[in-house]
Amino acid sequence: MAKRSAPEVNAGSMADIAFLLLIFFLVTTTIEKDSGINRKLPPMEEIDPPIIKQKNIFTVLLNGKDQLLVEEELMDIADLRSAAVEFLDNNGDGSCNYCLGKKDQSSSDNPDKAIISLKNERETSYAAYISVQNELVAAYNVLRNRRALDLGPGQGFREMNFTQMQRNYKDARFVGNKEKLKALIDQIKLEFPQKLSEVQ
Amino acid sequence: MSKFKKKKDGGLPAISTASLPDIVFMLLFFFMVATVMRENSLKIQNSLPLANQVEKLDKKNPVSYIYMGKPSSGYEKFGTEARIQLNDQFASLSEVSAFISSERSALREELIPFLTVALKVDREANMGIVGDVKQELRKVNALKINYTTGIGDVEANMN
Repeated sequence: MAKRSAPEVNAGSMADIAFLLLIFFLVTTTIEKDSGINRKLPPMEEIDPPIIKQKNIFTVLLNGKDQLLVEEELMDIADLRSAAVEFLDNNGDGSCNYCLGKKDQSSSDNPDKAIISLKNERETSYAAYISVQNELVAAYNVLRNRRALDLGPGQGFREMNFTQMQRNYKDARFVGNKEKLKALIDQIKLEFPQKLSEVQ
Repeated sequence: MSKFKKKKDGGLPAISTASLPDIVFMLLFFFMVATVMRENSLKIQNSLPLANQVEKLDKKNPVSYIYMGKPSSGYEKFGTEARIQLNDQFASLSEVSAFISSERSALREELIPFLTVALKVDREANMGIVGDVKQELRKVNALKINYTTGIGDVEANMN
């Protein structure tokens, strides 16, 4: 007998199978938000705080109504970043050779000694707290970026600011000397250390 | 006469649906690649605030999630105050340290200091409960934390 070709499988139900799988994945998965502000909490030991000059502390207070009090004066959140940059970069005693500040004697002496102290109340909303954290971290990043653009070309990293350096360091596809990059990142972190204290 | 076939009289050709499964498979592959299996079903309202100085969470290091917010619709019997949710349950402040120890016991020895605790807090929550959780984390020496936020301008937070 002549061989008959096997009857074709009807592919009409392929779409149904695909829809079922799609609905399963739509229901059981989420697109997770995985970006955020990284912070390190201070350890629990109660060391006596070293004596710090009042001018080296930048006080930021948030009250229960989300109002911002910076150095005893009301301030708008939009002005916080530039005020913090001015405080950190001040170079009151002239010891810092990479600062461009005004050398105001009532503000910080050196970015190494400058401490930003943040205090909030129980009724403060989390959104306001995050806005303040964001602006303070931004102030440190502005100064670190400026420093990176100054130091980078000397080490062979042209036109890379600090955030780009950190991203490149973590990137597996980056071509370049990662040890030199790490050393440069650490140096910039030492020049503008993030001294953010959150007292209760 | 048979050389001149009769033209079709009306009747548009049916649209071929042979490529429909292909389109659906494309959507399916997108979802398989871009999403993660949902670990926790949120019982709380959790609209995260926005920030622009953010870094992506390093997925290679272990992460634990602590959710905070007020209970969402369907869970009003738990109140209107912001609450902590760990895994799938509402939890109280004292359970945070037990949660951290259990997360640490599931990790390899050398990875324990790399554990990051991601705080996913609703934007309307008050700082009181967030501060309490931070104190508990300090007590168990879980010092690496991440405030999870969306990416955007900070001005949108204050209104």
